[in-house]
Amino acid sequence: MNLIDIAALSDIPREGARVVRTPQGCVAIFRTATDQVFALDDRCPHKGGPLSEGIVHGTSVTCPLHNWVFDMATGEAQGADDGRVATYAVRVQNGRILLDAAFLSRRAA
Amino acid sequence: MTKNLVVIGAGMASGRMLEHLFETAPGAYTVTLFNAEPRGNYNRLMLSPVLSGEKTYEQIVTHDEAWYQAQGVATRFGEAVTLIDREAQVVHGKNGAVPYDALVIATGSAPFIIPVPGHKLPGVVSYRDLEDTNAMITASRPGAKAVVIGGGLLGLEAAAGMAARGAEVTVIHLMGHLMERQLDPAAGYLLQKDLEKRGIRIHCKGATKAILGEDRVEAVLLEDGTVYPADLVCMAVGIRPETRLANDAGLEVARGITVNDQLQTSDPAIYALGECTEHDGQLFGLVAPLYDQAKVLAATLARQGAAFKPVQTATKLKVTGCDLFSAGDFADAPGREDIVFRDPGRGIYKRLILEGERLIGAVMYGDTADGAWFFDKIRSGADVTEGRDTLIFGPAFAGGAQADPLAAVAALPPEAEICGCNGVCKGTITAAIQGGANTLDAVRGLTKASASCGTCTGLVEQVMALTLGDGFAANANPPMCKCTDHTHEDVRRLIKSMGLKSIPAVMQELGWTTVGGCASCRPALNYYLLSDWPLDYRDDRQSRFVNERNHANIQKDGTYSVVPRMWGGVTTPAELRAIADAADRYNVPMVKVTGGQRIDLLGVRKEDLPAIWSDLNDAGMVSGHAYAKGLRTVKTCVGQQFCRFGTQDSTGLGIRLEQLLWGSWTPAKVKLGVSGCPRNCAEATCKDIGIVCVDSGFQISVAGAAGMDVRETVPLLTVATEDEVCEVTAAFVQLYRENARYLHRIYKWVDKVGLDWCREQVADPATRAALYDRFMLSQSVYQADPWADHAARPAEWSPVADLTLRAAE
Repeated sequence: MNLIDIAALSDIPREGARVVRTPQGCVAIFRTATDQVFALDDRCPHKGGPLSEGIVHGTSVTCPLHNWVFDMATGEAQGADDGRVATYAVRVQNGRILLDAAFLSRRAA
Repeated sequence: MTKNLVVIGAGMASGRMLEHLFETAPGAYTVTLFNAEPRGNYNRLMLSPVLSGEKTYEQIVTHDEAWYQAQGVATRFGEAVTLIDREAQVVHGKNGAVPYDALVIATGSAPFIIPVPGHKLPGVVSYRDLEDTNAMITASRPGAKAVVIGGGLLGLEAAAGMAARGAEVTVIHLMGHLMERQLDPAAGYLLQKDLEKRGIRIHCKGATKAILGEDRVEAVLLEDGTVYPADLVCMAVGIRPETRLANDAGLEVARGITVNDQLQTSDPAIYALGECTEHDGQLFGLVAPLYDQAKVLAATLARQGAAFKPVQTATKLKVTGCDLFSAGDFADAPGREDIVFRDPGRGIYKRLILEGERLIGAVMYGDTADGAWFFDKIRSGADVTEGRDTLIFGPAFAGGAQADPLAAVAALPPEAEICGCNGVCKGTITAAIQGGANTLDAVRGLTKASASCGTCTGLVEQVMALTLGDGFAANANPPMCKCTDHTHEDVRRLIKSMGLKSIPAVMQELGWTTVGGCASCRPALNYYLLSDWPLDYRDDRQSRFVNERNHANIQKDGTYSVVPRMWGGVTTPAELRAIADAADRYNVPMVKVTGGQRIDLLGVRKEDLPAIWSDLNDAGMVSGHAYAKGLRTVKTCVGQQFCRFGTQDSTGLGIRLEQLLWGSWTPAKVKLGVSGCPRNCAEATCKDIGIVCVDSGFQISVAGAAGMDVRETVPLLTVATEDEVCEVTAAFVQLYRENARYLHRIYKWVDKVGLDWCREQVADPATRAALYDRFMLSQSVYQADPWADHAARPAEWSPVADLTLRAAE
């Protein structure tokens, strides 16, 4: 694990998201109504919509462009749609959000 | 070989037992039925409605002559049994003896008569049978004075019945509050208040000293010296098991005739049943356990194994308008805790009694709709720890497991308003349905519920489904989304009638099946709440679609378009310069003129939005809401100021309307057009609301469209002044805001509710003014430039972290 402190939990609105810019594209950090935090690629596999701008409901997010719904825990598209978004390990410690940045070096390599 | 069964007493318990017996073992017994009353089995519970005049005796007969004949029962009605000869197994009546192989004693109970002086005077009755009832009916002519001794279940039903027939009734009760065995003092107090409201005098802590009178009743004297004049005295202080026959026969009798689990007495050939019995030290007065006894005894006689186990029973008072419920144990005791809910204004009291994690008792007054639900919890002994916080609000609030879509409607009190247009409450609808209205049209005809705007149709149908049960098939109106079974219309109406003021409250109360809803219902709920409660509810940004959340239109590549407002499509060189400067500064790839007379800056990056807004704000411009389910644009022609055909100042009116309406959220987008003459250069007649100026004034027409559907507007009203145009337009927009379902444009909504109804609302001066006022109240909160607010906090619009550099290390 290569945990990087990226932000305070309070920087992200409940049932909302913020993005982290990375060399591999943006990662969306979601916060649920019950303060669970998820990290997903900010790119819908359908037409590239920014998932961080979707409506967060429960532990799912709906893409703002064409309403694909993703389970944020697995990244799997729900319902009739078929597709998957990459997810990243993330945890909250002392009110700070820590993202596992291992994927950065792996992809860079 | 058939055996002889003799039954003494034709009450409800023995009647039920015979029904079971004939069903399970037809022909096994030849039955002889004795009854001291000169009639067969009738529903004694229904004597109160007979007394009050709501029913007749004929309506409460359970078994008539034909039934007894069909079952081959030898009836010995009006004939008291004088002796049971156990040696010879023979029962002796006045008109002859009958031998038995099995004997059932079902002699019921006798009223307890306080042996005060005068208790034998004519005019003193008890309340057990039809004779008593008829005596009270005869005595309770209007103006007659009646005294009921005993403020328990029976006494109060007697009192209410006589009062309903016009008698002046006084209830004397020994204890501190009414129905002390079923109610706690608080509920007893509310009951007393309700009874007093209907003219019944209640005297608690009153001990009867004597009944006064020469040759019939004249008055009742209490220990404290109070005297109540009385033409009739009903003694309803209690009952005791009628055990004289069993005693005489030498059977084992405690307070009642002792029976085992098979209802067998100390003599194996003799059984006992009903209120005359004592089982495991317990006596019985309510019908439910007695019906259980009947079932067990029938099985025993049919030689099928069965055992009687008393269950808890709940009490409801059969006095129209007094809604009380009591079940289980509600005495104070160590280790018990109470949950109490009171609404003094509506006279509602609810108390739950918990022991450990179990619900053991419930007392309710005024609103007993959830009684059965609580009773079920008491009987099942279920663990109620989870949901204890909201337990007292009943099944409607229990959410989750209670996905019954009707639960919320079922939980509404009778006075809850269902139809807002015609002010019809749930109780009125229920009464109409019970009165025979079993179609929606019939209910509409009788009550006018859902007969106007129709948005409450779904709710009315739910009330019908609840009242009629399976006998009702609702019209198909799809639910709002997969999270709920309620339609948009139902949800809107319930938000108002249940006073729901947050998204979690709506989801909880209306039984949402998902956590946090979905991308379809959340924006709709957010809109309904902010529209209905402009002052109480706070807009939930996270429940908005991206465009409304970011106050710009997202494009396919994730960039945004920015449209500043140009009032009535009029701009200035200074504004145009500011727009041009902004387009340069933020490298806007495309600048385009829109169909609504605005300038669109396309391709702006999200993190640049606060800065570009700030620049445009500095030039005096605000958001054009080109992204909003709200007022978009008011398109105008040049009007009389320049045009040689113009009849009015259409440009000025358009600007005025836009300044009135901007910032308001609506179910779907709203576009206006104002044309200065019938040539209609502003294309007003394909807008949601179009104004066409004529010499004499202004034609206001509505419900046009030029999108997926193309519609010409239809005339709403013609008015003489600009002031009236503004008032009518704002009132109409408010009518739409309050009634339409989310995402329905005005034309779709008008199709549903009808233009006539809309016109009635805005044409009526009082209704129009009220709509206008509500619109302006909402505007006092929502007419604000969102750009100014967000431009002040640009950091929130950028990435929260940038790892591009770190990765490069």
